[in-house]
Amino acid sequence: MRMSSVWLKRLLHVTAVMTLLTVNTFMIARESLAAVPDEELLAPMAELKSANFSKKAQLVVDLSNIEDERVLLILKGMLGGDLYYSKQSADSFFVLSSGESGYLAQNVLTAEMLSDISKRDYKKISVNNSLRRLLRETLASLQLRSPNVETRIDAARAMMKSDDESNIKPLRQALQAEESASVKKLLAVSESMLVARYGSSHERVDAIGRLKGELYPEVRSLLAGFLIERDGAFLEADSDVRKAAAEALASIEDLVAFNKGVENVYFGISLGAVLLLAAVGLSITFGVMGVINMAHGEMIMLGAYTTFVIQQLMPNHIDYSLLVAVPAAFLVSGLVGVIIERGVIRHLYGRPLETLLATFGISLILQQAVRTIFSPLNQSVSTPSWMSGSLEINGALSLTYNRLYIIIFSLMVLFALAMLLRKTLFGLQMRAVTQNRRMASSMGIRTGWLDALTFGLGSGIAGIAGVALSQLTNVGPNLGQAYIIDSFMVVVFGGVGNLVGTFVGAMSLGIANKMMEPFAGAVLAKILVLVVIILFIQKYPRGMFALKGRAAED
Amino acid sequence: MKLGPVTQFLMNDTAGKYLLSVLLGIALVIPALNLMMPEGSALHVSTYTLTLLGKYLCYALLALAVDLIWGYCGILSLGHGAFFALGGYAMGMYLMRQIGDRGVYGHPELPDFMVFLNWEELPWYWFGFDNFFFAMIIVALVPGILAFVFGWLAFRSRVTGVYLSIITQALTYALMLAFFRNDMGFGGNNGLTDFKDLLGYNLQSDTTRAVLFVASALSLVLGYILCRYIVSSKLGRVMVSVRDAESRTRFLGYRVDKFKLFVFVVSAVLAGVAGALYVPQVGIINPGEFSPINSIEIIIWVAVGGRGTLYGAIVGAVLVNYAKTYFTAAFPELWLFFLGALFVVSTLYLPRGVVGLAEQILEKWRSRHAASLETSGQNATGQAASARDHSPPEDEKNDDAGTNRKSAVELSTN
Amino acid sequence: MQAKHISQPSILYLNGVSVSFDGFKALNSLSLDLRPGELRAIIGPNGAGKTTMMDVITGKTRPDEGEVIFNNRVDLTQHDEAAIANMGVGRKFQKPTVIESLTVFENLELALAGGRSVLASLFHKLGARQKERIDEILVLVDLVQRSDELAGALSHGQKQWLEIGMLLIQEPELLLIDEPAAGMTDVETEKTAELFKEVSKKHSLVVVEHDMDFVRALECKVTVLHEGRVLAEGSLDQVQKNEQVIEVYLGR
Repeated sequence: MRMSSVWLKRLLHVTAVMTLLTVNTFMIARESLAAVPDEELLAPMAELKSANFSKKAQLVVDLSNIEDERVLLILKGMLGGDLYYSKQSADSFFVLSSGESGYLAQNVLTAEMLSDISKRDYKKISVNNSLRRLLRETLASLQLRSPNVETRIDAARAMMKSDDESNIKPLRQALQAEESASVKKLLAVSESMLVARYGSSHERVDAIGRLKGELYPEVRSLLAGFLIERDGAFLEADSDVRKAAAEALASIEDLVAFNKGVENVYFGISLGAVLLLAAVGLSITFGVMGVINMAHGEMIMLGAYTTFVIQQLMPNHIDYSLLVAVPAAFLVSGLVGVIIERGVIRHLYGRPLETLLATFGISLILQQAVRTIFSPLNQSVSTPSWMSGSLEINGALSLTYNRLYIIIFSLMVLFALAMLLRKTLFGLQMRAVTQNRRMASSMGIRTGWLDALTFGLGSGIAGIAGVALSQLTNVGPNLGQAYIIDSFMVVVFGGVGNLVGTFVGAMSLGIANKMMEPFAGAVLAKILVLVVIILFIQKYPRGMFALKGRAAED
Repeated sequence: MKLGPVTQFLMNDTAGKYLLSVLLGIALVIPALNLMMPEGSALHVSTYTLTLLGKYLCYALLALAVDLIWGYCGILSLGHGAFFALGGYAMGMYLMRQIGDRGVYGHPELPDFMVFLNWEELPWYWFGFDNFFFAMIIVALVPGILAFVFGWLAFRSRVTGVYLSIITQALTYALMLAFFRNDMGFGGNNGLTDFKDLLGYNLQSDTTRAVLFVASALSLVLGYILCRYIVSSKLGRVMVSVRDAESRTRFLGYRVDKFKLFVFVVSAVLAGVAGALYVPQVGIINPGEFSPINSIEIIIWVAVGGRGTLYGAIVGAVLVNYAKTYFTAAFPELWLFFLGALFVVSTLYLPRGVVGLAEQILEKWRSRHAASLETSGQNATGQAASARDHSPPEDEKNDDAGTNRKSAVELSTN
Repeated sequence: MQAKHISQPSILYLNGVSVSFDGFKALNSLSLDLRPGELRAIIGPNGAGKTTMMDVITGKTRPDEGEVIFNNRVDLTQHDEAAIANMGVGRKFQKPTVIESLTVFENLELALAGGRSVLASLFHKLGARQKERIDEILVLVDLVQRSDELAGALSHGQKQWLEIGMLLIQEPELLLIDEPAAGMTDVETEKTAELFKEVSKKHSLVVVEHDMDFVRALECKVTVLHEGRVLAEGSLDQVQKNEQVIEVYLGR
């Protein structure tokens, strides 16, 4: 799972950044820079107290050559005009910031925090404009030189937001030294963006040309900025630049459209995955037992409510709740399924229409039961932290993690189910019953027992689907109703009792739905899909992957 | 002469005769009690009750339509609410046009919701609905055409059983989604409502309501006679044959798809008429009528009453809806539990519905009665009225049997 | 009356018919020729393609290739079940299939020739001549006493007979009969064989059967099917001596 290791790194990274930001530092790779003895830092800093501006510039360069994490803090503090030294004790330097009550001072060498200090005890190390510019360049190149790739990526990414001409130089230096291709790419884009702003006419056109196909929103807004017209005149006077910008923007828009398409397919696949989870249980119960279970949607709903209850029981461990909820939901829905089978459906075999009605009655009872026990309102199910956020593929395309996980999860369920059917005795018996019920029973398979288990399995999978759905949609008594018709459509489309058919059916419906949505609207897309299925079933009355021959006869 | 066969097939239908008498009776008595008895009188029937009963009669007609296809032809439509709603919408469109400039916005032609949506003119499919007879034709035509197209596609390619049920459900679901859309031009979410009058008569007046009640009762009577005629004809026996052994019927040379299509269309038209009668009485039609659960509820009316009997459907529709009225008022929480249990219990324990149960009890009582009189009690087990009406007199056949034995063999060897 | 053709008259001619289900060849280039008025028995082990052959002739299954010529004129593969039934091909299923919730009389009424369209059946009136015809058949299949009972209440053998009656009342030129003797008593079996021999004087018959005694009683030409093709043809004695047939039936 390469995907998840990248994700894990990012997650750690984000947490790290957040922690560091709270202490108002800019030290991102604290652990990764080697520390030097304090004296080495103190020597140039002591000189800072009394140096004139040109001397200070020299000292900044000296400092920046010291390989130490604390340099970043010092320079950053200096840039912000927040670097002070204590009047009382020599050789102690602080970055001051305003806290809740009065000022805070952080010792740049020891990272020790002093609160409620009096500003009068400190003296500022002053900077002027040219020094600030030097500091910015230095800081940028320092970060860009960080041995940590993640830090460099972030620094390079942050560079894109910069409109500071002084960054061009450090960017170019970093670009020379950089080895990681992904960082190099970001650096190149940032550099081109700056050149596009500040270069000569010729350079700018070139730089804009290099920006073609870059999907970062910053690039797009930069280019769009060149094309703004106000009071009949372009803000950008250079017509060559405007032409190049228009061209680059057009090519980017094409690419964005393509990515939108990819995103739609992604949404489609994730909808397909949900439908797959919802329908696969239905397909099993119908395929093996010829039972159309109208309460299937309520099995999904029970799974979602199980998730809700589990989260109520372990409010401090939401991150792990789903791991508990999946087996719990499987058991709850599966058990209810077995009870329904033994209590009602067993008496109705060979009468599919009556089964349909009885299970519909059960679905009403379950809905009302949930309404009575919980409430008619939707319950809020939390999303574990590891499922929130999204995976950024490029500037225009990011895939939300919850959908990504559901896709992976549904494929895992499908795979597990296929294994269960193919490799276990239970699966073998189940398939035997699908193909020839009477023969299977005369060979000693206890079909009654198998029916109960099969029904329980189908219902249990619906329960698992409920866990997944609780992460995507509102958990309420009507949750099942919303998905039951779609699940039926999948089964009808794919053919019953056939995992491949169900998979293809679910994916086709999901993708077709989402591909039509942009130009037809969600409702019309759904209607169109239904109409297409109604027409489709004329041609293939038993679905795409129906069994042929005698096995297909009723 | 024309009445001859009619009376004949109705004469064989004992329960039906009682039912029709009851229906005609209440068609006369209830409105009379409503209009003529003073408000305080014990015999007074309130307008609320009258309207409620009128609603039940519309439901009964709808149930009859479903029993015709499900009970006799084995087609379980989970989308019959769609035909009902379409009939209702056609009536609703006429009633909307009748409002004229009395709407909130006072537009001479456009219904309020169109003015609200800033529409400039009436969409083409709203034309003609100011004419009552045109609207009534549409009431029958639109459900009929939809049923024809849908049925033609489905039956021709032999979509049967649960597959058919599921796609009928998809059909009504798709229609529901469509009618929820504002740009469809049917009032979106809110549907059509705030009707004023019908053929110039105020819909709120007691007299109009009484007339609508009588119209519903008479439609139900006519619908029943039509359905009874169909199921008593040879076509009815072909339907039963399709239900019990579709393949066999085909090998007998019947085009099963055409027979199914015929009854499906007839049934859809009946459902449309029921919807058209329903809308002026309840005063509103909205996309909720298309929702799949409504259609499934119709099935349970028929199942509870006893399918394949026609009168059972009527009994079931009234019983279940009365229960619904009672429960939703007294124990709103319990209604769905009750309805759900009704589905389960009626399929498990009442395969022939309350009508079947009543027949069984009656048969038992009769056979005990007969046994005590020591006359022959054969035919005791309930093979009663289900789907057979034609049975030539016993003695005539026995005579033939004696004389024709030889000629039959001859004939087969000619 | 059958149309007399100058060239070899045939009521049914199967030519190179193949059917496969998911790769399994149920019929493998099967050919068969039946003369008008012929009675033919078809035997073969399970899975030999007997029922599939019936399905192809009656339009239930479309063959992948090959043709089925009826009466030297019509290719049956181009028509559906109802059309083929109306051309005069009647079929009896392996499992007796009667309309259980109609009476015996009504079952026969439905099978009676004519009145197959929707409108015709809506306004259909049973004429005196037709009633007579039904009564004749009732006598023939010995169900007079039970004419008014529901077909579902009949015994297995009686259902078989009712179905045969329904076939005969259709007045088909060709009858296809799948395992008629299954579930019959010896007396009934004998009677059925007699009936078929009688019937074959006017109609052509194809009888699929497992019961060798019954086949012997039919005294007709026998075709042995195996793995979707004809293995042997001839009198019962001839085919029973055939090496290949013995091998197929007794195992390798």
